[in-house]
Amino acid sequence: MTSTAFEQVRGIASDLFAVPSQEITADSSPETIKTWDSIQHLSLVLALEEKFQIQLSPDEIEQMTSIGAIARLLESKLANTPK
Amino acid sequence: MSDLRKEVDSLISSGSAAAASLRLAELWRKESGPATAAFLTSRFEQLRDKLALRPCRLAFLRSFTVEPAIPLLRASAFLRGIDLSVHLGDFNAYVQDILDAGSSLYRFAPDAVILAVRTADVAPDLWQEFADLSPEVAGKASRRVGKSFAQWIRAFRERSQAALIVHNLEQPSRPACGVLDAQNESSQAAAIQQINDAIRRAAAEHRGEYVLDYDGLVARNGRLRWKDERKWLTVRMPIAADQLLTLSHEWMRFLAPLTGKIAKALVVDLDNTLWGGVIGEDGMTGIKCDAEYPGAAYQALQRVMLDLSKRGILLAICSKNNPDDAMEALNSHPGMLLRPKHFAAMRINWSDKAQNLREIASELNIGIDSLAFLDDNPVEREQVRAALPEVTLIELPDDPLEYAATLRECAAFERLTLSAEDRQRTAFYTEQRERSEAEQNFQSKEDFYRFLEQEAEIAPVLPATLARIAQLTQKTNQFNLTTRRYTEQQIADMAERPEWQVSSMRVRDRFGDHGLVGVAITHDQGDVCKIDTFLLSCRVIGRTVETALLSYLAECAAARGRRHLSGWFFPTKKNLPAKDFYAQHEFQLEQQTSEGSWWTLDLQRQSIACPDWIKLNVLTGVHN
Repeated sequence: MTSTAFEQVRGIASDLFAVPSQEITADSSPETIKTWDSIQHLSLVLALEEKFQIQLSPDEIEQMTSIGAIARLLESKLANTPK
Repeated sequence: MSDLRKEVDSLISSGSAAAASLRLAELWRKESGPATAAFLTSRFEQLRDKLALRPCRLAFLRSFTVEPAIPLLRASAFLRGIDLSVHLGDFNAYVQDILDAGSSLYRFAPDAVILAVRTADVAPDLWQEFADLSPEVAGKASRRVGKSFAQWIRAFRERSQAALIVHNLEQPSRPACGVLDAQNESSQAAAIQQINDAIRRAAAEHRGEYVLDYDGLVARNGRLRWKDERKWLTVRMPIAADQLLTLSHEWMRFLAPLTGKIAKALVVDLDNTLWGGVIGEDGMTGIKCDAEYPGAAYQALQRVMLDLSKRGILLAICSKNNPDDAMEALNSHPGMLLRPKHFAAMRINWSDKAQNLREIASELNIGIDSLAFLDDNPVEREQVRAALPEVTLIELPDDPLEYAATLRECAAFERLTLSAEDRQRTAFYTEQRERSEAEQNFQSKEDFYRFLEQEAEIAPVLPATLARIAQLTQKTNQFNLTTRRYTEQQIADMAERPEWQVSSMRVRDRFGDHGLVGVAITHDQGDVCKIDTFLLSCRVIGRTVETALLSYLAECAAARGRRHLSGWFFPTKKNLPAKDFYAQHEFQLEQQTSEGSWWTLDLQRQSIACPDWIKLNVLTGVHN
């Protein structure tokens, strides 16, 4: 997990969930962030798709269980996307 | 956290609301997306008490997930000065919500409602099974859906006075019969179009009901790019992530005019904006403006400006040039579509543009926040932004070929209705220029008034004037005693109540017709006739016609047996011109609260004379 993907996810999550970014760690999840509900999860998916111009599949959306998991998912997706 | 975000937060904590809101606008220009929208809305919520925002309650009735688009919409609205509260109806509960007068929709007391239903949900047979349907069955299905919309639209108006914005139905990206569809008279496209025609007709039957051309919106952005089938099947979100912003912008095109957040005048630069090149250097033969490349880009922009002026938007010039050079091009360059007569005000000089914009606003008698500014030079734009943040700045792209399309996209020029006054507005202002020139020649105001030969015609609400009356209550800021905003529907309802009187005033003089420029709404309560609304368009401020209208109100109230004529003055940032109105007409100040002052005229002892230089005509059929 590189710091850039993590930082970008953290920035988006901080905006969406209204939590200061320094309080968001790789382990942050819907269990630790109160405002991370199902609607916000959808917003997060759409924000990532919009920001990185990618499509997330239902399976991938299910894997998005923590900020760290999302950053790793993004990295592998972006690495496999032809530029 | 980005630097801009940090800067916003430190400005908020130091209490600099205006500066924070400018930084938020800058952030949105740099990155407008779902995450930034969430940041913006949370910060504007902290700032809302310090900014003069216009509240607006918006409800959605929908058949699909719109939730992720809401922060985008609220962010755009905040930046336009609108504080949106949003209520979302349950999925596919829109029919019950509309029909049940006690539903959460009506309890929310919305100012505006958006009905967003997908073709696939409301006409599944036409959408999914069209190939199975005979022309008769398909025709029946279209009529059934069209009728349902008409019923919902009517039922809504019976239960609410809120504005209703109805999405029409989108066409499939590929019809069920393939290319055959275009050969068939009873095509799938025609079946859906028939429903859309029915929606348009139904909306036109009621006031304050508008169609959002959702099919046009989807087509403009590409049907294949608009949808996200996978998200639809998994989370009921049919629209692709990157199109949500586009959708929210389309909603704003309705909310901006509904809340009066509009630009009334477009001020343009000349060199490299209205034409290509610099007139002072390139001369008449060197500047570009014709039907060929590269002049065509500028002609196209002028065409858009002409379209806007037909919509009642005033055009004005603010340019650093020698006036003679610029006027020669405006008067006689063969490629120009716009001529001096199209411009209501001109500032062609070497002064600071912000100062020129202030003067233009004052000459046109509109607020600085009613100006939009179009200039190819980003440095000029930044200076105007810094000096006059309330001006709507149009961010022109680098390529002049994109200028025309950029101007067409600006939501500040959208209008939901068009009155006769709107269409003639530029002519009104040209006449106004002639009046001011004439005024200079008179020693006394009274001589000038007599010379004007003014006629004031007072009439009750008529179907033809309803839109204009509502529009004046929405837009008039300066000479407005109570600044109460009303929809057409609310005006119509008041006019029907026996104890209420809605009067309009049209003014003509020797230079021309000002059109409908005054509105007074009164209602009787006991022996008091209360003035609910009294306003005058800025066009006729300082012509004493307000006294004519007030004299009429006093006379009618006395004739109906009222003993007092009373009204509030509620001060706002902009209505200083109306501040002394009651005192000047010898009303007594009876009460002073933090909101305003309450004034009364004793009709048994006092009356108000119409100035003898105004001929007053009262149209027959005027209220009791």
